[in-house]
Amino acid sequence: MLVAQKITPPDYVTQSEEQYDKSVNPKTAKRLVAYARPYMGRLILSTGLMLIASAASVAGPYFVKIAIDSGINASNTILLRSTILAYLAISVIQWVGTYYRVNIMAWVGQSIIFDLRKKLFAHLQELSLGFYSRYSVGRVITRAINDVETLRDFLTWAVLAIARDVFTLALIIFVMLDMDLHLALLTFSVLPIMVLITILFRRASRSAYRKARAAISWVNSVLAENVNGVRVVQAFSRQQQNYEHFRDYVNRYHLERAIVTARISSVFSPSVDLLGAIATGLVVWFGGTAVLGQTITAGVLVAFILYIDRFFEPIRDLSRRYDALQSTMIGWERIMGLMDTPVEVQDAPQAKELPVIHGAVTFNHVSFHYSDDPAPILTDIDLHIHPGETVALVGETGAGKTTLVKLLSRFHDPTEGHILVDGYDLQSVTQLSLRKQMGVVLQDPFLFNGSVAENIRFGRLSATNIDIESVAKAVGAHEFIISLRNGYGTSVEEGGVMLSVGQRQLLSFARALLADPQILILDEATSSVDTQTEQIIQKALIRLLKGRTSFVIAHRLSTITNADRIVVIHDGKIVEQGTHAQLLIKHAMYYDLYRTGFQE
Amino acid sequence: MKYLFKLRSYLKPYIWQILLNMLILLSVTGLSLVVPQIIQGVIDQGLQAGETAFLIRSALILVCIGTFTAVLNLGQRYLTEWIGAHMGYDLRNAMYDRIQYLSFTYHDHSTTGQLINRCIEDVRAVQSFAGDSLVQIVQLSVLSVGVVAVLVSRNPWLAAVALVPLVPMVMMTTDFGQRITRLFYVVDNTLGDLSAQLQENVSGVQVVRSFARESHEIDRFDQINRSYFNARIKVLSEWSKVMPTTNLLITMGTILILMVGGPLVIQGKMTVGELVAFNAYLLMLSGPVQQLAWLVNAIGESEAGAQRVLEILEHKVEVQSPVGAISFTNLSGRVEFRSVSLRYRDERSDALSGIDLTVEPNQLIALIGQTGSGKTSLVNLIPRFYDVSEGAVLVDGVDVRHADLASLRRNIGVVLQTSLLFSDTIRENISYGRSGATDEEIFAAAKAAQAHDFIIKFADGYQTAVGERGVTLSGGQRQRIAIARALLMNPRILILDDSTSSVDTQTEKLIQEALDQLMEGRTTFVIAHRLATVRRADLILVMADGRIVQRGRHAELLSQGGLYKEIYDLQLRQQNQMLEDEELEAGLLLKQGVTDPVKGRRSSDWSLS
Repeated sequence: MLVAQKITPPDYVTQSEEQYDKSVNPKTAKRLVAYARPYMGRLILSTGLMLIASAASVAGPYFVKIAIDSGINASNTILLRSTILAYLAISVIQWVGTYYRVNIMAWVGQSIIFDLRKKLFAHLQELSLGFYSRYSVGRVITRAINDVETLRDFLTWAVLAIARDVFTLALIIFVMLDMDLHLALLTFSVLPIMVLITILFRRASRSAYRKARAAISWVNSVLAENVNGVRVVQAFSRQQQNYEHFRDYVNRYHLERAIVTARISSVFSPSVDLLGAIATGLVVWFGGTAVLGQTITAGVLVAFILYIDRFFEPIRDLSRRYDALQSTMIGWERIMGLMDTPVEVQDAPQAKELPVIHGAVTFNHVSFHYSDDPAPILTDIDLHIHPGETVALVGETGAGKTTLVKLLSRFHDPTEGHILVDGYDLQSVTQLSLRKQMGVVLQDPFLFNGSVAENIRFGRLSATNIDIESVAKAVGAHEFIISLRNGYGTSVEEGGVMLSVGQRQLLSFARALLADPQILILDEATSSVDTQTEQIIQKALIRLLKGRTSFVIAHRLSTITNADRIVVIHDGKIVEQGTHAQLLIKHAMYYDLYRTGFQE
Repeated sequence: MKYLFKLRSYLKPYIWQILLNMLILLSVTGLSLVVPQIIQGVIDQGLQAGETAFLIRSALILVCIGTFTAVLNLGQRYLTEWIGAHMGYDLRNAMYDRIQYLSFTYHDHSTTGQLINRCIEDVRAVQSFAGDSLVQIVQLSVLSVGVVAVLVSRNPWLAAVALVPLVPMVMMTTDFGQRITRLFYVVDNTLGDLSAQLQENVSGVQVVRSFARESHEIDRFDQINRSYFNARIKVLSEWSKVMPTTNLLITMGTILILMVGGPLVIQGKMTVGELVAFNAYLLMLSGPVQQLAWLVNAIGESEAGAQRVLEILEHKVEVQSPVGAISFTNLSGRVEFRSVSLRYRDERSDALSGIDLTVEPNQLIALIGQTGSGKTSLVNLIPRFYDVSEGAVLVDGVDVRHADLASLRRNIGVVLQTSLLFSDTIRENISYGRSGATDEEIFAAAKAAQAHDFIIKFADGYQTAVGERGVTLSGGQRQRIAIARALLMNPRILILDDSTSSVDTQTEKLIQEALDQLMEGRTTFVIAHRLATVRRADLILVMADGRIVQRGRHAELLSQGGLYKEIYDLQLRQQNQMLEDEELEAGLLLKQGVTDPVKGRRSSDWSLS
C-alpha cells in the first residue's frame, strides 16, 4: 500500500532535525529539574504519600492472613471483626493517600507545564522580527502546543510510576539477594543484555522520534498555511491538488515516521518479556538441579520463581516508560532549542528608560543587511530630522523605505552606524520605552480576536470608552462602527476578515491615534481607503501630525507635497532630500518620479 | 461513545488487523495462565521425582513460551500503533479535505489554531481508541465475564455478596465516563484557544511590537494558559476520586467475603480452602477493574476528540456543486444579478440588498463607494464564495448554484485585497491555478503583471522560494505575483479587488497599462478608489449601504449629480490644490531659470472628463 518512493520533507523541516542531531546536550534534561524545583516540597510530600499507600497495599494480604489464621480457623469472631475493621481502616488510608498523591502530582505537573508555556510565550515576545520571518507559525505551535503536551503527558503519568517502579525493583532485588545469592546473581545475569538492548534501542529510536516530531511540524505548517490561504485555495480550485499533496506527501510522511517508530518501540518492550522467560528457564534449570543436589529447598525455588515475575514487572513497565521518555525528551530538546534562540535585538544591560522625547531623529551613517544575506538593504543613511517635522519617504518598491522605518522602531539593529532619538542612541534605551512613544500603521492592517473597542484600545490600555470613540470619530471610523451589529462591542474575527481592508485600516489608524505617539510612522497607510474616507483621514492627519515627528511612506502626491521634507531613496541609498519645490528644481530623480508617476 | 461510534467507518478498512490484534491479546492472556501450571509440574514431578531431564525440558518449554509471548507482544504492540497511525492518517486526510471545501462563511468564524489542533491533538485522541482502547475493551470483558462465571459457579450466594461492591463501581464508572468526556471537551477547546492565541500573536507580531503591547499579550496568554491549567486539574481531580475508589471497592469485596464467609466457616458450612480460593478469584478482578478506570478515562478523552473531529467532518459544506451540476467549458462572460440580497451569518443587517445588474461579455465594470459599502461582497458572489440570501447570480444564464464550482471558478480570475502567497517557489505560486503551465506561459503572465523584471533579479529567478525560509517580498511584489497568478488562468471573468493599492506609482502605472490590455476581451470587475481607472468603465456602479445608488457611464453620472459627483468633486478639489501648487512651483522654477517647467503635463493625467 505504501508508495515506493521516498518522501523528503522540505529543508525547513529537516534542518531543525539536523540542528539537534549534532548537539545532544545532557544538560537539557537537567533543565527540566530546574522547572520542578519550585515544587520540590510538594513532590516530596507526594512521594511520601505514595510510599504510605504502597505500604498499605502491601499490608492488605497480611490482614487477610490474620483474619483466616487467627480469626476463622480459631473460631474467634471478635478477632475476625476487629481484623476486618483494621483492614477497612488501612484501605481507607490507602484511598486517602492515593487521592492526595494524585491531586498533588496533578497540580505539580500542570504547574510545570503552565510555567513552561508562560516562559516560552514571554520569550516569543522578545524574539526579533527576523526570527519570525524564518520560523513559521505552524512550527511555533508545534513547539508550544504539541511538544509541551507530550511533556505534560509524561509528567502527569510517568514520573511517579517510574519512582514506584524503581522503589519496587530495589525492594525485590534486596529480597532476592537475601533469599539466595547464587540464584539472584543468575537472574541478574540477563541484565547486561538488557542494558545492551537499551543502548541499541536508544540509538535507533532517537533519530526515528526526531523525524516523527519533525513530521508533525510539517503537518502543522502545511495546515496553518492552507487554512490561512483557504480563500485563495478555493478561488483557484486547488482543493484536489492540495489534498493529493497532503495525502501523498505530508500526511504520508507523518504516517511513515509513525510506523518506523512503532517498529522500533514494538521490538523493545517484548525483549524484556523474552529476557524474563530466559531468566525463569535458567532458575528452573539450575535451581532445580540445586534442589536435587539439596543445596536449597523446594520452597525457596518456588518463591524465587514467583519473585522473578515481580522482578521483571517493574522493568517491563520502565521499558514502556522509556519509550515515552525518549519521545518526550526529543520534544523537550526542541522546546529548549526555541527557548535558547538568541534574541537578536536586545535591551543593553545598562539600557535606560527613554525620557519623554521631543522627536528629533538622527540616522548617523546607517547601513543594514540581514544576518543571513550580505546584500545591503540600506547603505550609509545620514539623516537629521527636527522635532515635529513631517518626512515623506519616496522611492520604488523594494528601495528600502520600509526597512528604514523598521530600524527606527528598532525591529532590527543597523549593521553599521547609529540611530539617535533626541540624542539617545536607540541601542542604549529600552525597547519598551522607545516604542511606547512611537506609533506605527502598517501596510497590512492586522486586527486581533476581540471587539472593535478592544482593538482600538490596543493603542493605550488605559483609554476610556469616550477616548476610543473620539479617536474613532477623528479618523472617520465611528460611522461604520456604529452601523455594525454590536457597535463598538462587535467582535472582530481572526485577521479581521469580516471587515473590509479599508475598515481595518481605519481601525488601525484609530489605534495609532489613541497611542498619542511622539513619533508617527505611516506605511502606505491610506492606500485602500476610498476617496471620501481618505479625505476625512487627511484632515485628521494634519491635526495629528502637528507637533509630532512623522515618517510617511506614501505614493499620494498630496501627502508628499505637504511634507516638510521629502527623502528620495533608491537602492538603499538616499539620493535626494528637500522640499517638493527644491527637489523639482534639481531636475534629478524626484523630478523623474514626479513626471512619470505620482497620480491619484 | 456516540461520537466514536459515528466514526466507525474509519475502522472498517482495518477490521482484520483489529480482530488479529484482539486474538493476539487473548492468546497472550491464555499463555500467561499456562506458566503457573508448568511451574507446578516442575515442583510436583521434576523435584519430587528427581528427574533432571524433566527440569531441563520444563526450562526449555518456559523459554519457548517466553519467546512466543514476546513475539506475540511484539506483534500486538506493532499492530496497535499501526492501526492507530493508519486511522489517524485517514482521518487527517478527510479533515484536510473537508476544511478546504468548507465555505468562506465557516472560515470567517473559525480560527486557524483551533482547526490545526483538531487535526493533530484530537485525531491523536481518536486514534488511540482504535489502537488501544477498543482491544482492551474486549480483553477486559472476556476476563471479567470469566472471573464472574467462576465465582458464581463456585458459590452463587457468596458470589452475590462479594460482587455487591461492583454495583456502585459500575454506576460510578458510567457517571465518570460521561463527566470526563465533557471535561475533556473543555480541555481540548481550551487547548485550541491556546493555539489560536499563539497563532494570532505570531501572525500579528509586528503590531504587538509596534505598540509595545508584549505585556498585555502575555496577560492574555496567561489567562488562557490558566484556564487550561484549571481544565486539566478538573479532569485529574475526577480521576483522583475514581482511581483509588475502585481499589477500595475491590477491597470491600474481600472484606464482605470475610464478614459473611468467616462465620460460615466457623459454623462449618464452608471450608477455609474454599474461602481462600474464592478470595483469590475475586482478586483476579482487581487488575481488570483498575484497568477499567484507565480505560474509561482514555475513552472519555477519545470521545471528546471524536466530537471535535466530527464538528469538522460533519459540518455542512454550504457552498458546493449540486448533483448534475452544469459544467462550463466555453464561457462568454455574461453576468447577471437578479434582485440579489446577501446577509452574512449572525449579522443583523443585509450586506447587499436589491442588486439588479446585467453585464454583457467583455464589459468593464467599475465599483466605487465607501469602505464597507458592499463592493467586495458583490464581486464575491460571482465565483460563489458566498451564497445569496435572496435572488440569484447568473453566469452565462446559469444560476451559479447550479454550476460546477470548479469549472466556474476556473473561468474567473480573482485578485483578492490581500495578496497571499504560499511557501513555495515563485514559479509554483504563479502556476497555482494551472499546474500544467509551460515556462513561456508563466513568463508571459509575469511580464504582463510587471513581475518578470524583479523575479529574474533574484539569484534563483523563478525558482526563488518565498514565504517560510524564503525571501521576503514587499507588498507590491506580492501583489504583482498574485496578479500574474490570476492572469495565467486566462479567465473569462476577471475580478480585481483593490489590487494595485500597495505598489508605488510607477509600478502601478505599468500594471495599469498591462491590465488595460488584459481586460480586453474579458468581463472585468474592478474595485478601485481612483477615478482615473473608473472613468473608462463601460458601467460604473456607485455603492452605498449595500445598494447600487447610481449606475451609468462617467459622463452620465456626472450630469446626474449625487454621490458620484460628490466623490468626483472631492478628487477634483484635491487635484486643483495640486495644480495650484504646481503653478506656484512652476513660477518658482521659472524664477530660478529652469526652462522646462512641468506645467501642463498633468492635465491629461488628471482630468476626469
